[in-house]
Amino acid sequence: MNPPIIAPLGTIYGTLLNFRREWDVYAPQMDKPPYKAPPQAPVLYVKTANTVSHNGQVPLPAHVPQIEVGASIALEIRGFSLVGHEKLDIKTIATKMAGWRLVNDFSIPHASYFRPPVKYKCLDGSLGVGAQRVAPVPMGEVATAVLQVHINGQWVQTVDFSQLIRDAVTLLRDVSGFMALQDGDLLMLGLDCLPGGGRPLARVGDEVQITSPTHPQLGGLTNTVVAAI
Amino acid sequence: MKHARISIQGQIHNAVEQDGQLLLGDGRLAGFADVAWLPPLQPLPQARTILALGLNYADHARELEFKAPEEPLVFVKGESALIGHRAHTIRPAGVLFMHYECELAVVIGRAAKHVKRDDAYDFVGGYTVANDFAIRDYLENWYRPNLRVKNRPTCTPMGPWLVDAASVPNPHALALQTTVNGQVTQRGSTRDMIFDIPFLIEYFSAFMTLQPGDIILTGTPDGVVDCQVGDVVVTSIEGIGELQTTMVAAQSD
Repeated sequence: MNPPIIAPLGTIYGTLLNFRREWDVYAPQMDKPPYKAPPQAPVLYVKTANTVSHNGQVPLPAHVPQIEVGASIALEIRGFSLVGHEKLDIKTIATKMAGWRLVNDFSIPHASYFRPPVKYKCLDGSLGVGAQRVAPVPMGEVATAVLQVHINGQWVQTVDFSQLIRDAVTLLRDVSGFMALQDGDLLMLGLDCLPGGGRPLARVGDEVQITSPTHPQLGGLTNTVVAAI
Repeated sequence: MKHARISIQGQIHNAVEQDGQLLLGDGRLAGFADVAWLPPLQPLPQARTILALGLNYADHARELEFKAPEEPLVFVKGESALIGHRAHTIRPAGVLFMHYECELAVVIGRAAKHVKRDDAYDFVGGYTVANDFAIRDYLENWYRPNLRVKNRPTCTPMGPWLVDAASVPNPHALALQTTVNGQVTQRGSTRDMIFDIPFLIEYFSAFMTLQPGDIILTGTPDGVVDCQVGDVVVTSIEGIGELQTTMVAAQSD
């Protein structure tokens, strides 16, 4: 059982294609329709408030056999905001101290990234959120974090945040160049894929656990996939 | 009844429209020009879900060279994109095509999960006007329309009023109009939506619970034009309100 999430959370943003391996898997398609060019700005999406799993359960609709596991770290904006229309320099951003949390962004597998993923990502209870509010850390430290993902006790994935395309500071700078991040907002740094593509899959009854050997102070995050009522 | 949320003399108040004035919660009357208008929404205990439709009028889909979609094209905004009536919307330097989108905004009135379309109107609290600005220069084909286009601060004016659902017997018989500096540039009717409000509430509530205060922006018809710094843009919906914004300059990103 996870300890309770400290509410309230603001808007929760996720980032696509921010791990090198994930980028490399998609690179051969990037110049082809419907994409026609590699993304320039960070590719973002929103996990709406209904997605936050307050009891650790992730309800899977009957028509979905398996759900993708998306272990990540979210920066938590606390005590400052970024106004969204002036690009701050890296040095200024690096002085901001964000909190971080473990998150598990469950989504229905989808191969096309052309249209916003609302029906794949905004399911009730499809976001595990770690409760431990860790003391703010320098942004640069995020790059040293590693997560381990287990399903029913079996290792399935290692997520290494030295492999980000935009590190935490660069991502915050680029995102805040066009949109405002406010107190309480979360920004997930990205979801890596497995070698060769795809993400770990879970089905009803599976227990998915994220831990961080490098940053045990993040605590663990356990989510159980259940059948949606 | 028409509800507003305004700031006057450093305090935020709820207000209602009364004989061309604002009646504040404390009994005072204030003129429309004497207040700062906030989006007509109450604060929520959780992040507000703001769903927005693209290509939901057949003529606009044609204008953008898309065939009409077979299911809703939907994207999500954060609340930091919103701004009130009579405020300023930032046009970044160097952009070539930034346009308004006049939209009927549906504000959810009670928690909605697995709602059938025949019951959908029971879950509508009211309606307001939104202007869902887009900057086409920033469009990319990754989760399109991408957040750099659609989630910019000041770029989603909303208001001035939240009109109770009971005061709007048929939300699909309302004229829409946009003017730029007084010239009419966009005309349409909410009857021409591809996916109507009951369809949308059934569609979304099938996989996500909508909470009171959550919003669905229902898309815009044909007739979007570029807006330059200094332009005054008024998006209007019959019986709901006239929402004004002024374009201002900012540095490029």
